[in-house]
Amino acid sequence: MNIYVCVKQVPDTETKIIPTADGSFIETSSIKWIMNPYDEFAVEQALLVQAANAGSTVTVVRVGSSKDTEALRTAMAMGADDAFLVEAPDNLDSYMIAKALKGAIEKSGKTPDLLLTGKQAIDDDCLQVPQILATMMNIPSVSVVVGYEGSATDITVKREVEGGTLEVYGVKLPAMIACNKGINTPRYASLPGIMKAKKKPLTTLSLTDVGVSDDDKRVKYSNFQLPPEKPAGKKFDATDAAKQAAVVKEVVGLLRTEAKVI
Amino acid sequence: MAKILVFTELHGSHVKGVTLEILGRLAGHTVDVAAIGAIPSEAIADLAKYGAANVHSLKGSNLDKYSPEGYANALKGFIAGGSYDYVFAGATSVGKDLLPRVATMFDAGMASEVTNFIMEGDKFAGTRPLFAGKCFAKVELTGPKPHFVTVRPNALGLNASPTAGAAAAKDDAVDAGAIRAMIKDIVKGASEKLDLTEANIIISGGRAMKDAANFKVLEDMANVIGATVGASRAAVDSGFAPHAMQVGQTGKTVAPSLYIACGISGAIQHLAGMRTSKVIVAINTDPDAPIFTKADYGIVGDLFTIVPIMTQEFKNLLGK
Repeated sequence: MNIYVCVKQVPDTETKIIPTADGSFIETSSIKWIMNPYDEFAVEQALLVQAANAGSTVTVVRVGSSKDTEALRTAMAMGADDAFLVEAPDNLDSYMIAKALKGAIEKSGKTPDLLLTGKQAIDDDCLQVPQILATMMNIPSVSVVVGYEGSATDITVKREVEGGTLEVYGVKLPAMIACNKGINTPRYASLPGIMKAKKKPLTTLSLTDVGVSDDDKRVKYSNFQLPPEKPAGKKFDATDAAKQAAVVKEVVGLLRTEAKVI
Repeated sequence: MAKILVFTELHGSHVKGVTLEILGRLAGHTVDVAAIGAIPSEAIADLAKYGAANVHSLKGSNLDKYSPEGYANALKGFIAGGSYDYVFAGATSVGKDLLPRVATMFDAGMASEVTNFIMEGDKFAGTRPLFAGKCFAKVELTGPKPHFVTVRPNALGLNASPTAGAAAAKDDAVDAGAIRAMIKDIVKGASEKLDLTEANIIISGGRAMKDAANFKVLEDMANVIGATVGASRAAVDSGFAPHAMQVGQTGKTVAPSLYIACGISGAIQHLAGMRTSKVIVAINTDPDAPIFTKADYGIVGDLFTIVPIMTQEFKNLLGK
């Protein structure tokens, strides 16, 4: 099987986000970049499917800046065979990213049997790219997937919806599967894996190479700003058992009379 | 005046609340509503109150259950005949999965999960959180129409004085087309309560819960005030709660009216996921826990003694 994984490189979850002075994006100079956490599940799933289907290859594709190739190197250190990077700013909209991914997959010269990615990127939180790419490629997609089993042609996946309910889908491959936490436990890259990854092929393409231009822009962002700080709240000490009942009574009272939420 | 379609989902005999929130913001425009399947009369009455001009029940074979392709084909076919400027939907499980597919069928752009928006004349301008709410940005759409928007449930609130509409009910035949990913079974979740993303009140437990069984004290309070129970990443990673309950950057981003954080220290990625809650109550033994910087009402104390007292106080207050 030709298995493709789309990954994104995002700021580490512990990062403090600071908008630029002109509000056009965020300060990126001192950010620690990581592979989007949900994409780790996609890479792991690709490797599991590869192991179950002899002769399969795993190709990783990413659209973003070339300053740091952490996400692609991590994927190859985990076991992916080769990688494609489409050099682009880190703040392209979902439509442009999906179109660039499609272009890169076509340039790779193989026809995908399975596409995997994370259910969302934790930077722009759009949850759009898997569905857009699948629609552009005219293949089915299932998002927020927490369970995967099946053959090289037909699979069964579980999609998590409201209240923890699971929808069980029968899917004809090729298809796009967008992974959520719970589908598997991603492996750590081993030291030999990290050494080997340095020798694996990484092909760099430009947006022009994959047929994406400014005409493909669909979403315009501006005015990046921090959320308004809340004024300091009221704090009560209830460490003394004798005060607890009175403190709780007061807070519950305030929730009704002041906050008006009960 | 823009021509707008709001795609809705049914919840029993009513539409999901987020649909009415969206309609309340679109007074002055021509707004139609469409759902897959028959829209009950109670729902049509609600939609009339909030200004719907026409209410379309989209009917066809293979649409009894959700499928990304079937719903997208059906909705695309309907939209194509309507010359709409905008298509809105709630950022629900279906809305988030479906709308990007439909938008792409029109080569059109989409703004995901806005928490606020205005129509400047006929032009949409939204606000949405990024980095799980660590920052916000203005979002606008360009390129081929219609433009697509999903709206986070509970973020807009209901319009207190909506303008009524005719809500003329119509049936429209639609075609689901070829479906290559189809639901063959549905496994119900343990909870019958509202999902975290739609809940009006959330009570969350953190690492200090110590054990999965201890979540019962939160469930007891939740039953009294109609809340949904959530958990921090620390609690989920420790195996006290399933990932479906996780609030934060790698879990769910929530915006309830009231958020009660119990034994949660307030890691940056948790705060990001719940800081847009309207009122926050924090209960923690550590007076310096970061959660207190975001709390409207902070109680320094042990959750295992405070929560049962609070449950009783809520019972007294609500006459239960």
